Amino acid sequence: MFKEDQLKEVQKERKKWIDDLSKILSETPERLPRFTTVSDLEIKGLYTPEDTKDIDYSRDTGFPGVYPFTRGVQPSMYRGRLWTMRMFSGLGGPEETNKRFHYLLNHGETGLSIAFHYPTLMGYDSDSPNARGEIGKCGVAVDTLKDMEILFEGIPLDRVTTSMTINPPASILLAMYIMVAEKQGVSKKEIGGTIQNDMLKEFIAQKTFMLPPRPSLRIIVDTIEYCTKEVPRWNTISISGYHIREAGSTAIQELAFTLADGIAYVEASMERGLDVDDFAPRLSFFFDSHIDFFEEIAKFRAARRIWAKVMRERFMAKKPRSWMLRFHTQTAGCSLTAQQPFNNVVRTAYEGLAAVLGGTQSLHTNSLDETYAIPTEEAVTIALRTQQILAEETGVANTIDPLAGSYFMEALTNQMEEKAWEYIHKIDEMGGMVKAVERGYPQMEIADAAYRFQKQIDTDEKTIVGVNKYVTDHPPITIWRMSREIEERQLKRLQNVKGSRNNAKVKDCLAEIKKASLDGGNLMPHIIHAVREYATIQEICDVWREVFGRYTDPGYF
Amino acid sequence: MSPERKIRILIAKPGLDGHDRGAKIIARGFRDAGFEVIYTGLHQTPEQIVAAAIQEDVDGIGLSILSGAHDYIFPQVIQLLKEKEANDIVVFGGGIIPEEDVLALKGSGVKALFVPGTRIEEAVKWVRENIKPRK
Repeated sequence: MFKEDQLKEVQKERKKWIDDLSKILSETPERLPRFTTVSDLEIKGLYTPEDTKDIDYSRDTGFPGVYPFTRGVQPSMYRGRLWTMRMFSGLGGPEETNKRFHYLLNHGETGLSIAFHYPTLMGYDSDSPNARGEIGKCGVAVDTLKDMEILFEGIPLDRVTTSMTINPPASILLAMYIMVAEKQGVSKKEIGGTIQNDMLKEFIAQKTFMLPPRPSLRIIVDTIEYCTKEVPRWNTISISGYHIREAGSTAIQELAFTLADGIAYVEASMERGLDVDDFAPRLSFFFDSHIDFFEEIAKFRAARRIWAKVMRERFMAKKPRSWMLRFHTQTAGCSLTAQQPFNNVVRTAYEGLAAVLGGTQSLHTNSLDETYAIPTEEAVTIALRTQQILAEETGVANTIDPLAGSYFMEALTNQMEEKAWEYIHKIDEMGGMVKAVERGYPQMEIADAAYRFQKQIDTDEKTIVGVNKYVTDHPPITIWRMSREIEERQLKRLQNVKGSRNNAKVKDCLAEIKKASLDGGNLMPHIIHAVREYATIQEICDVWREVFGRYTDPGYF
Repeated sequence: MSPERKIRILIAKPGLDGHDRGAKIIARGFRDAGFEVIYTGLHQTPEQIVAAAIQEDVDGIGLSILSGAHDYIFPQVIQLLKEKEANDIVVFGGGIIPEEDVLALKGSGVKALFVPGTRIEEAVKWVRENIKPRK
């Protein structure tokens, strides 16, 4: 970017600055022995053109909408269309969650995102002994298509896109969504949305797993293959770093492990015989936006550049759309504190700003009370309004990638990329992410980082306001509680569905699923048949647990 | 004769909750403090936890729950320990426990609850003061 003689001049001036600085520091030293990010990456006091001298603008930065997409995936970015405001919601039963969906849409939310309760996430019905104490608590209870019909009452599926955080039973929930749309008269060719469907990061971090890694991957590829042909506007997977980060990883680990997971899914889909340019445009990503502002923005920029290279150079994808890393962001739940909970509004605002400056396609902003429970209506409204203020008051959406060209930002983006490649190469050497997961490599790396961070908090090396500094008492806040009636209603509805459906047909459908599970045929059409007959999530998952076996936690710590 | 027995703690993750960051950090912290630590891994039923505690002959059980199922699971573990005549095993816990639930859980026999923001050394100190090797 700078000519040789200009750089020499900069170098000379920098030396002078260091001399001056040393004099000052000998009298008043810096505040800290090390200045680091929340991920413990050391940051210099000043960045200059020398730190970006190897950057070739066209090759490394370029234009938005153009390879390698460092500045964003769309040519117009937020001047064309703002990011989708998509609040992750699910509480109690489908009735309560439907009400919350309508509330949020009426307050300016622009996309839906479903949080399911634990039994659904793990492939159990509400009447399972495993569901005791868990019904409707961490999200919405869904057992059958009946629940999904109630969940989407009054919401036209040709006019809204829906993201579903669901993994082992992702194919089943997608089938239910297709059926709800069909009942509304909306074809599966028209519906838009995302299933998370990313099992590798479940073994690594989020831990809602059911089957061992290999059969899990097979079902994922079934959904990718099916949607590529039949549900063309659906994002078949949301390759997620969010949970990796929340489990305690560093920003670089989040970046590297997520992209290494992505590589594994592309390889598995190509092994099935799919053309990379047919399925790659529907792969999507999901990242955390943590509290360290610049580190996060650099991470998002580096993610786009690495993925573009992976897709074009490694997998030889031809379509520009296949090279694009499109992503959803959630502000960091793990950065919020139970102490002085109103401070969480401020944290979330900074994190949302980082996501937007990083070029996210959609955003969830956490509510101030989420360290305690599912948010109240009041708390979620503040969180949504935080995005609206960001979008429509602050002016940050006026121009594209405004931090590009900053010596610090470009140097940090390069650094994130370089360190992420080191991990990706290491995982390649292990034989890919499935093998790395089987030997516990990413799991242990994350556990180490999480423990290190906790030690830094405990020794006050890192500060969390209200936790290890500026500690004061705060009065309790009002939190959302689930009522006992919701649980009873859910159990009663499940019983009614089981009593009124055609049980012989359900049995046949489950036998079909078992046959396809064993002989390797694509499972999706059979799952759609089964949910249409109101087969429950657990009935289908039990077939898989029987055929493929269960995955149990190796308990690394 | 062997030297004085170390404190043995079972760290357990009951229910379907997958949030194991805290459980793993406390398991390591206890190990570094010199306790013998057994970690159950995720997705354990109360029955499995009590069976593991008895089989491993532990002095205390630390339950970690962040899913909201604490009001069912904690009392269930304590009840099962009573039934197995193993209620000399001290039960404590951590996780997302609303303040208004803390009293009720303590009433049911949970000896201590460590909520977000707890330093590892606070939990270690509490264990040293409140849990002794049983033999």
